[in-house]
Amino acid sequence: MVKFKLNGNEVKTDAPPTARLLDILRDEYNLIGPKEGCGEGECGACSILVNNLVQNSCLIPIGAMEGADIVTIDGYCKTERYKILNECYALAGGVQCGFCIPGMIIASEALLSKNPHPTEDEIREGISGNLCRCTGYNMIVDAIDSAAKKGEGLW
Amino acid sequence: MSTKDISIPVIKKDHAEKVSGQLPYISDVKLENMLFSVLYRSPIAFGKIRSIKLPKLPEGYAVIGAEHIPGPNFVKILKPDQPIFANELVNYIGEPIFMLVGEKLEILYQMLEQVEVDFEEYQPTYTLDEAIKMLEQISTEGVLAVYEFGESLEKIHQIEQKASKIVVDEYKTGYQEHVYLEPQGMLASYHDDEIIVQGSMQCPYYIKNALMSGLAYGEDEVRVIQSPTGGGFGGKEDFPSMMALHVAIAAKVVKKPVMLIFDRTEDMVATTKRHPAKIKYKTALDEEGNILSMNVELYLDGGANTGLSPVVLQRALLNSAGVYKIPNYHAKGYVLKTNTVPNGAFRGFGAPQSFAGIESHMGHIAKQAKLDPLQYKRKYLVKQGDPTITKGRFRDPILMEDMIKDLVKTVNYKNRKEELKRFNQQSKRYKKGIGTSLFLHGCGFTGSGERDHIKAVVKLVKSKEDKVSLKIANVDMGQGILTTLSKIVAKELDLPFEEILYPYPDTKEVPDSGPTVASRTTMIVGKLLERAARKLKDTWQAGVDQEVIEHYAHEEMIPWDEEKFSGDAYPAYSWGVNVVEVEVDTLTGNVKIEKVYASFDIGKAIDERVVKGQIDGGMAQGLAYGYIEKMTSKQGRIQQKSITDYGPPTAMDVVNIQGKLFDNPYAGGPYGAKGAGELTLIGGAPAVQSAIEDALQLSFQQIPITPEVILENLDKGEGENVG
Repeated sequence: MVKFKLNGNEVKTDAPPTARLLDILRDEYNLIGPKEGCGEGECGACSILVNNLVQNSCLIPIGAMEGADIVTIDGYCKTERYKILNECYALAGGVQCGFCIPGMIIASEALLSKNPHPTEDEIREGISGNLCRCTGYNMIVDAIDSAAKKGEGLW
Repeated sequence: MSTKDISIPVIKKDHAEKVSGQLPYISDVKLENMLFSVLYRSPIAFGKIRSIKLPKLPEGYAVIGAEHIPGPNFVKILKPDQPIFANELVNYIGEPIFMLVGEKLEILYQMLEQVEVDFEEYQPTYTLDEAIKMLEQISTEGVLAVYEFGESLEKIHQIEQKASKIVVDEYKTGYQEHVYLEPQGMLASYHDDEIIVQGSMQCPYYIKNALMSGLAYGEDEVRVIQSPTGGGFGGKEDFPSMMALHVAIAAKVVKKPVMLIFDRTEDMVATTKRHPAKIKYKTALDEEGNILSMNVELYLDGGANTGLSPVVLQRALLNSAGVYKIPNYHAKGYVLKTNTVPNGAFRGFGAPQSFAGIESHMGHIAKQAKLDPLQYKRKYLVKQGDPTITKGRFRDPILMEDMIKDLVKTVNYKNRKEELKRFNQQSKRYKKGIGTSLFLHGCGFTGSGERDHIKAVVKLVKSKEDKVSLKIANVDMGQGILTTLSKIVAKELDLPFEEILYPYPDTKEVPDSGPTVASRTTMIVGKLLERAARKLKDTWQAGVDQEVIEHYAHEEMIPWDEEKFSGDAYPAYSWGVNVVEVEVDTLTGNVKIEKVYASFDIGKAIDERVVKGQIDGGMAQGLAYGYIEKMTSKQGRIQQKSITDYGPPTAMDVVNIQGKLFDNPYAGGPYGAKGAGELTLIGGAPAVQSAIEDALQLSFQQIPITPEVILENLDKGEGENVG
């Protein structure tokens, strides 16, 4: 049995320790926020926060999550910081097909929590593990830049 | 709303549920008793199936194959040459032979490993070069499509004999993979009176028609519903029809819902891609370097079956002279069969290959004429009233000269070029260059396709509560039509945009407004909706159910004749100019894009922010097609099986794009709008090539210009005929 914190709640699972965290989140907890874009840790669509660090949930065996604090977009979307990101992504037009976006928001949070005033290059680097095929990234970069400004003090 | 300019951006209709991750895509859907499925795909490129040995299936597991297909065994597209399940011959590695269906995916994969199929193998054709050789030396058997048009070859040969110089280029473009972030997925559920198929798709009615054929079902027995679609770019135009047939046939047999979701590797190796192309140019010049004639031969690698390739070839040929008025022009094009994964629709649809080729060739001719490429190209720009290469006419105003002048001023082109030249004289390792591309895109279906094949119908429905819904078959795959088309209707009806409803298309509810392809949605479907909304407004009765239907009306042009390849190929054209600056590391061959400027005439933007998204995203794909994205096939096997192997751009590969729109309203589009989706991709690759050539003072004959290609050319000191 593995015990961990999921979006603020203490939970436990009997899944085999080698089961992918992404599958556990999606199948056992019915969280549809983390998406499977590649299953190989290359696209970032399944990004989640593990102890405040951005991780690809498709690469993590559930056994490694004992005692971890896991936050997915499904829980993160209830926070004040999310409200700012949501608004800034909307105004910048950062969302097209939307499949990469839950992961992109998580990567944005991870970046801003580490670096509340990132430069453009730092933003590009911060989301370089998250692929987007629709936007060409620039409107996402703008969204994060304006979230950093609008959310002054939140991060 | 109505007093405001329609171009002013609004918050997208589907923003909130997408950003919170709570919008269910097909892979998020779970139905009771749902089974999963996996495909057994051919491991060989060409041969005959001798025997199939299956492992013992656990209870509740089933195998579904050709014997279960109620209708004819082909996927209805253009020609009946693509089997749903191969039952005798296999024509490419990855061709589906049968499907295993059951409750647990891991068990399905285990069983797949135990399957034994015995083949009699034949000699395959692996590459386009081999196919061209076959065509030249042996037979026309591998020709999937051919078109020819223009000045007579006899006359061109006479001109060539008297010419002062002949410039020959043999140009090559590679595969391009869509890499939509959401892999393909389809789910069928069986009901007593109908089969419902839902999934990621661009064309609900293509799928419906394919299902009616394959299942031998009637109109009312098949229902197709679009799920939120995580990117398409053409990759979900033709391909999903086959997947829909697989799950629908299986669901009919097992009488349970059947889901088929590809993982990334399967999606990369087994689904359609942009056609690799080879284009040969032969151009006669006089002593001043003026063009006397041009003869073009174009070959597309169709892969193992016809698919949409003939239409892709049409567009490739229609764009083969670029934005230029070339005297004595002749072109011939082929789609050739190879034993490789079938190629299909991809944003641009044949045009990106042609524009990369013609822009490269014009640049090389300019060098012969000792002129700057941009200066040379401007001499040949088409103008309003000029004939097209197919004896049609450019009837609307063309702003290209203004757009070029404006960009030349913005980037200070001449001085900038000198500056970069001086930089290069000082710098041994790093070389900088500036390049341009000029391009257009014909909006909508080619020729009379809209009138004869698509016959689009749109419907607006008003409820007693006075809520208006769009009932159309066009899908939002990220390009934003839930927003833009709703905006058009809202403005016409003078209602708040937020109140207009646009449910995900369900063929039971919506008429066939045509596929979501060919940069047609905003211009063609948007115009129909504009007219429907106007009609609804004129007949509006508060508190009453009302319905308005509007049919496509053809604008009479110079009639298109597909046989002769003549007439007006498109009702309208969108235009673009790109300027790109690069820095090339001559030690590693790496190319860094430093600046990108892009001007477009798309008539009128329905939403400037949505259009900016198309510009940024389209250009990222188009630029990468020129120098990063490389996909190859070796002995019929796609070599890039993961995203990293293929390498689409990350946020660190792109720079801010300085985009600009030029209003040039087109009467046939809503509020003057023309197509935008494909246009933005087309100029990227040729502008990158032109900038790399400027930096290195070399000529290249192919895209992508990868570091390997650059190093090889630097070693040779000359870019001709490499690769």
